[in-house]
This record gives sequence, C-alpha cells and structure tokens, in this order.
Amino acid sequence: MENIVSVNNLVKKFGDFRAVDDISFAIPKGEIFAFLGPNGAGKSTTIKMMTTLLEKTSGEIKIAGYDIDKGKDNIRKCLGIVFQDPSLDDELTAYENMEIHARLYGVDRKTLKEKIKGLLEFVELWDRQDKFVKTFSGGMKRRLEIARGFLHAPQVLFLDEPTQGLDPQTRNHIWSYVLKLNQEQGLTVFFTTHYIEEAEKIAGRVAIIDHGKIIASGTPIELMAQTKSANLEEAFLALTGNVIRDEEVSAEENMRRFANARRK
Amino acid sequence: MQTIYILWIRQIKRYYRSKSRIIGALGQPLLFLVALGFGFGPVFQQAGQGNYLEFLTPGVVAMSIIFSAVFSGMEIIFDRQFGFLKETLVAPVSRFNIMLGRTLGGATVSTAQGVIVVLLSLIFGFRFHSLVSIPLAIVFMFLIALLFTAIGTAIGSALKDFQGFQLIVNFFIMPLFFLSGAVFPLSSAPQTLRTIAAFDPLTYGVDGLRLALINVGQYSLLTDFGVLLVLSFIALSIGAYSFSKIQI
Repeated sequence: MENIVSVNNLVKKFGDFRAVDDISFAIPKGEIFAFLGPNGAGKSTTIKMMTTLLEKTSGEIKIAGYDIDKGKDNIRKCLGIVFQDPSLDDELTAYENMEIHARLYGVDRKTLKEKIKGLLEFVELWDRQDKFVKTFSGGMKRRLEIARGFLHAPQVLFLDEPTQGLDPQTRNHIWSYVLKLNQEQGLTVFFTTHYIEEAEKIAGRVAIIDHGKIIASGTPIELMAQTKSANLEEAFLALTGNVIRDEEVSAEENMRRFANARRK
Repeated sequence: MQTIYILWIRQIKRYYRSKSRIIGALGQPLLFLVALGFGFGPVFQQAGQGNYLEFLTPGVVAMSIIFSAVFSGMEIIFDRQFGFLKETLVAPVSRFNIMLGRTLGGATVSTAQGVIVVLLSLIFGFRFHSLVSIPLAIVFMFLIALLFTAIGTAIGSALKDFQGFQLIVNFFIMPLFFLSGAVFPLSSAPQTLRTIAAFDPLTYGVDGLRLALINVGQYSLLTDFGVLLVLSFIALSIGAYSFSKIQI
C-alpha cells in the first residue's frame, strides 16, 4: 500500500545537541503507527517538525504527497493534531472552540453545525456544548480536542501523548474513539506515548526512539522476537536500557541551554 | 477573510465576558478625571486656559485605550501559555491573517473601552463641541487602538511570559502618556518637552481626539490622521514580522 507519511533523514539540531538525529520512517495509509520512547527521546520534537510548528535542520518530510518544503498549508490541511498539552481557548465554549477550528480550516459553513454536533456527540460532549472549556476536566478537554482535530476530515491524525495524566476510563474511551475512526474511515494515526501497553495494544507498528534515533521498528511481535523478550516492555527495556531519564525538555529549554552554553 | 473574522469575534467575545476587566480598566481614568480634572480645574481656569476637564478628557480616553490596546496585543502570551496559539499556528491559513484578525479584535475592544470612558466623562460635565465630534472621535480612537494593539502584538510575539509587562507599563506606556500632552497643553510647554512630544506617537492621537471632541489642538486633523495611519501601518508590519517568526 502507498505510504501516506514518509520521513527521510530528518535532523533537528539545537546548537550541537542533536534532538532528532537522522531518522527515517514511513507509514502506509490506514495504519496506526506509534513512536515509543523514554522522556527526552525526541518524540515531541519530531511531531512538531511534522506538524509545521518547528523548522527542521535537514531531511525530508512528505505527507499525503506534499513536501513540507514546498508549502506548509497543503500539509496543514491534511493533519488533525492533538497536542501533548491543551490547545483550547478556555474562555470560550466547547462549541465556539469547534467553530473557530472549522473557520480556520475552511469547513463548509452549510454543513458546519451538523458536523460539530455529530463530533461532539461522538465524544459525548454535545450536552455540554455551551459550557466554557475552563470548567472541563482534563479528560473532557482531551475528548474535545480529538473531536476538533477530526472536524476538517484530516488524512492523518497526530496524537502527542494523548492519554498522559488521564484515568484508565478516559484512556479507554479515547482509544476506542481513535480505533473507531481508524476502522470506519481508514484514518491513518501517528501517536507518541511512553505507555508501553498502549503501543502494544493499539499500534500496528511501533518505532522505538531513543537519543533522537530510531533504534528498532516493527510490529510488537517482531520487536519481541528481535530482542527475545516475552513482552513489549522487556523488549523496550532491552533496547533502551534501565537508566532513568531526565524530564523531557521542550524545544525552548533546548534553546536556552544552547544560549547558556554559548555564553560560557 | 474567515480567519480574520473569527479571530476578531474571538477577541470581542473574550472582552465582553470578562466584566471584571471592563470595570477594572475604568478605575484609573476615573481617578484621573476626578483628581486631576477637578483638582487642577481652578488653576487652569485662572491661567486663562479654559475648562480643564474638557481639556483632560481626550487625554484620559487615549490613556485607557493604549492600556487596553497594548494589553490586548500582549494577550498572545496567554495564548502561548494556554496553548491556543498552537491551534492557530498549525491551521492552513496565513500567519498575517491570524495576526491581523486578533489585532483588529484588540483594536475594536480598546475602542469600546475608550467609548465607555467618554460616556463616563459626560457624568462629570464633559460636553462634545458638536455632533460631528462623535464619528470623528471614534475614528481617532480606533487608530490609536490599532497602532498600540499592533505594538503590543509585536512585543507579545517576542516574549515568553508576562514578567516583562510591568516594565512595559512603566518604561513605555506611562512615558508615552505623560509626554503626549494628554494632561497639559503643549502650546505653553518648554521647547524641549515640545520636541520630545513631537516624537511621541500618542501626541498625534491625543491631539486628533482633542480636535474631534472639543476642537482644540496644535496640529491639523489631517496631520494627526496621517501620522497615526502611517505609524499603524509600520507597527502592523513589525507585528506581522514578529508574529511570523514565532516557533513553539
């Protein structure tokens, strides 16, 4: 099957620090692909480059046939994105957040209301459409963001640690929405996580990333066979070692470190 | 167009929903009108300069507009912290339109704040010199608001948090206000002060507003309008550039 996402020799440097170090991968249409890695491995930096938020240092990113260097807007139209931290306007209602998104993505105004209603019903928030987002719990916000990310019928859905900090019930719900969208509409999903059981259960293929490099990739079963492990967690530890990692640093933090290093 | 419209509406919705911000922003102008207006009134009158409250009102209106405008522009920092900025930056629309929509929204909101202060001043005895005053004053209020929202956007795009806001109030907004001839007549000020005032963009805003409201001023309406328009254009360009450079 054709690849809807292809990344070749992608590099992101912050000064001398290579946050993403020459990675390549491809995702066939309709697949659920997971990036699994410890904190600070380069997962979020990769997603930021792929979603046009951060400029890459070098390499090639192609999504839905469009090259990111030849115009970002074509790619932006194809992407649905749920960020690691909330990106909603708290002072507006759930419906208004959806409406802004629809207008930004040029969703047809005639069908807009029905679409928003359908999606809010899908994530079980329709009865709260008039409530301000600031009154929502973390899980409700995340559900709203998933509904919003799907409003413009994207071809690829990006989820950056979508279930972090959520209770098991909400996590289950969120994955059931995503799986449903994947099965019913053939949506391609790219997600990052450090919950191994999520990668094992949800993803068709997993890439294990550490220190900015992809150190292994394949189906969970392939990875277990490769490392002679009984489950994906053991495979993961066999590949990335047992050392505890620092909290994941943001791109901003990297730049600050870079600036400080230069001053010294 | 949709982008500009929806982000404009967003600023307006956020404004009228935050009643505390609307009322809070009236405290300072109220104090200026009462304390300065009535306090200096008799001295001003004796010096043969006429009614001080009438003279002061356009200045106080301009002050409340620039406070609101710079703050609205800098709200980008909130959006960055609360994450909404990312939502707009990954959308398939030009950053210029995003910046323009929110700047026009901030300018509209700040103009509304100015109108409220004008209405408030009516209670203290302020009177328009003619009916033409009203539309003309709104034009000037909007231009002042546009210029300073654009400046706020330019500053806000470059900053990561609100720590610097006090710095901007004390070393940017306050000097612009006090040196603009908002509280004293420039015509009788020392030459040095007048020269400084000539380089203060707000001078032309206050002057235009004063001409519109009470038909007193030292430049012509056309000069004030022209200067504000050109400066707004420059500030919008800088704001757009600064906004286009944001990386998250």
